[in-house]
Amino acid sequence: MLSRQGVRSGLRAWCAAATARPLLARGFADAASEKKEKVFGEAQVTDKFKEDWKKIAPNFDMPKFPSNFMEARPPVSPTIPAKLTVNFVLPSQYELQAKQVDYVIVPATSGQMGVLPGHVPTIAELKPGILSVHDGTEVKQYFVSSGFAFVHANSVTDIVAIEAVPLDRFDPDEVRKGVQEYNQKMNSAKDDLEKAEAQIGVQVHSALQSALGIS
Amino acid sequence: MASGSARPGGTRLAKLLYGNVNSYLSSGAAGINGGGAVWGSTTGLSSAELAPFGARSASGQIVRNRMKSVKSIQKITKAMKMVAASKLRNVQVKAENSRGLWQPFTALLGDAPATKVDKKLIVTISSDKGLCGGINSTVVKYSRALFRLNGLDGPDKDVKYVIVGEKGKAQLQRDSKKLIGMYFGETQKSSICFTQCSMMADEIIKSNEYDAIQMVYNKFNSVVSFQPTVATMLSPQLLLGDQEVTGDLDAYEIEGSDTKEEVLQNLSEFQFACTMYNAMLENATSEMGARMSAMENSTRNASDMLDRLTLTYNRSRQASITTELIEIISGAAALEG
Repeated sequence: MLSRQGVRSGLRAWCAAATARPLLARGFADAASEKKEKVFGEAQVTDKFKEDWKKIAPNFDMPKFPSNFMEARPPVSPTIPAKLTVNFVLPSQYELQAKQVDYVIVPATSGQMGVLPGHVPTIAELKPGILSVHDGTEVKQYFVSSGFAFVHANSVTDIVAIEAVPLDRFDPDEVRKGVQEYNQKMNSAKDDLEKAEAQIGVQVHSALQSALGIS
Repeated sequence: MASGSARPGGTRLAKLLYGNVNSYLSSGAAGINGGGAVWGSTTGLSSAELAPFGARSASGQIVRNRMKSVKSIQKITKAMKMVAASKLRNVQVKAENSRGLWQPFTALLGDAPATKVDKKLIVTISSDKGLCGGINSTVVKYSRALFRLNGLDGPDKDVKYVIVGEKGKAQLQRDSKKLIGMYFGETQKSSICFTQCSMMADEIIKSNEYDAIQMVYNKFNSVVSFQPTVATMLSPQLLLGDQEVTGDLDAYEIEGSDTKEEVLQNLSEFQFACTMYNAMLENATSEMGARMSAMENSTRNASDMLDRLTLTYNRSRQASITTELIEIISGAAALEG
C-alpha cells in the first residue's frame, strides 16, 4: 500500500544530506550574525519591550510568554546525528515526546515523505494518511487526520496532528459505508460548502480504505 | 423559656436592631464573597447595639437568625469548593496533555511579543462564572496594558479586543466598549474540545483583519499559582514578508505542490487554533483552582464568623438569665425582709 503512494524516503534524504550541508553551513553563518539565537526557557523579549512595559505598567510584573515554558532544543550539530528525534503531539496528548528513532514516513500532501536524520529543514502539510515510525525493527503506524510536520536543522521532527489512531481500531465495514455515503453527498451537493465538506469526507475515507487495504 | 418572650419595649427596639443587622449582614456577606477580605471587625454587632439599655430578648432572635444564615453560606461555599476540586481534576489532565500542542509552532516561528504592527487583535480569555478570585481582573489588566503598549507607538494603530467569557466582557465594557470586536460566551457549557476552538478561530479570522494576535490567558502552575501569559501569533502576510520577525523561515523548504503563501496561511491559522485550545484549557484550569481557593477562604471566614456569633449569643443569653435570676431573688428577698 505504501508503494502505491510512492515512497520517496531513501533517495530524497540522501540527496538532501549531500547537497544540504554546504547550504546549511552558509545559512547559519548569515543567520547567526543577523538575529539572536533562539534561547528557550527564558522569554524572547527585546529590551525595548521591557522598557515599554515599565513605562505603561510600572506596577505589574511582565507577563509570561510561551518561550518561558519551552524546553530547550538540541543545537544544530555539524555532523548528521545517528537518530532522529521525533515529537508527535495531538490536542489530547503527547503521543511521542523526544523519541529517538531511525526514520519516520509522514503522509504529506504530495505523497508519503520519509524523514531520516539529516533531512533538509522542511515544512510539510499533511493529508489524511498513514504515519509510520520506524525504530530498528519495530514499526508503529497511525492513521492521522491531517496536520503539519516540521523538520528542523537539528534533526528534530515535530509532527502536529489533530487525530491519530492506530490502524487496528478501524472497522472496515464502517469505512466502506463512509466512502459510499460521502460519494453520494458529493454528487448531491447543492453549494460549495457542502461540496467541500463532502470532498473532505471522501478523501479521508478513501485514504482509510487504502490504508486498511480493503476495496 | 422566659427569655424568649419579647417585652413591649423590645419590639420597637427590635425594629431598630433589624435595620442595623440587615446592613451588617450585607456587608458581612460581601466580606465572605470577597474570599480574601480581611476579617478585621468582630461580628459587626457591638455589645451596645446588641443589648441597648432596656431590651433583652429581641437580640437573641437576631443573632440566631444571623448564625443560621452564616451556617448555610458556609455549607454552600464548602460544596462549591468540592465541585471545583472535582472539575479541576478533569480539566487539569486535559490541559497538561495539550501543552505539547503549541511547542512545535514556537520552535519553528519563535515568539516575538514586541513586534510593531498596525492592526492588532487582543484575545482576552476569561471565565463565564464568577466567584473565582482575581483571575479575570488579572487578564483584563494585562489586556489593557497591551493596548496601551501599542498606543505608545502612535495614535493611528488599530487595536481591537476579542473577548471570550462573560466576566472579561463585563470588565472591559466599562471603558473600552467601542473597541470590542467580537465576543464569545458560554464556551464551557459543553467541555472544551478542539473542534469548538477551531470554529472560534475560524470566526475570528474571517471577520477581522489583523497583522498580529496576542492572546492573554492565565497559565496554570498549581492550585494556588496562575501566571498571566501572552502568546503572540503573526498573520500569514507578516510571516512571509518580514525576515527580522520570522528569522530563518526561508531556510525551510515547503513540501508539496501548494505555494508558500497557502501553506503559511494554513500554518498560521492552525497555530491560532492550537494556541487557543491550549489557552482555553489552561484558563479553565486556573479558574477552577482560583475558585477552590476563594471558596476555601469563604468557608474559613464563615466558620470564624460563626464561632464569634456563637460566643456573643451565649454571652447575651447567659447575661439575660442571670439578670432574671437576680430580679427573682431580690424580689423574693424583698418580700421576706
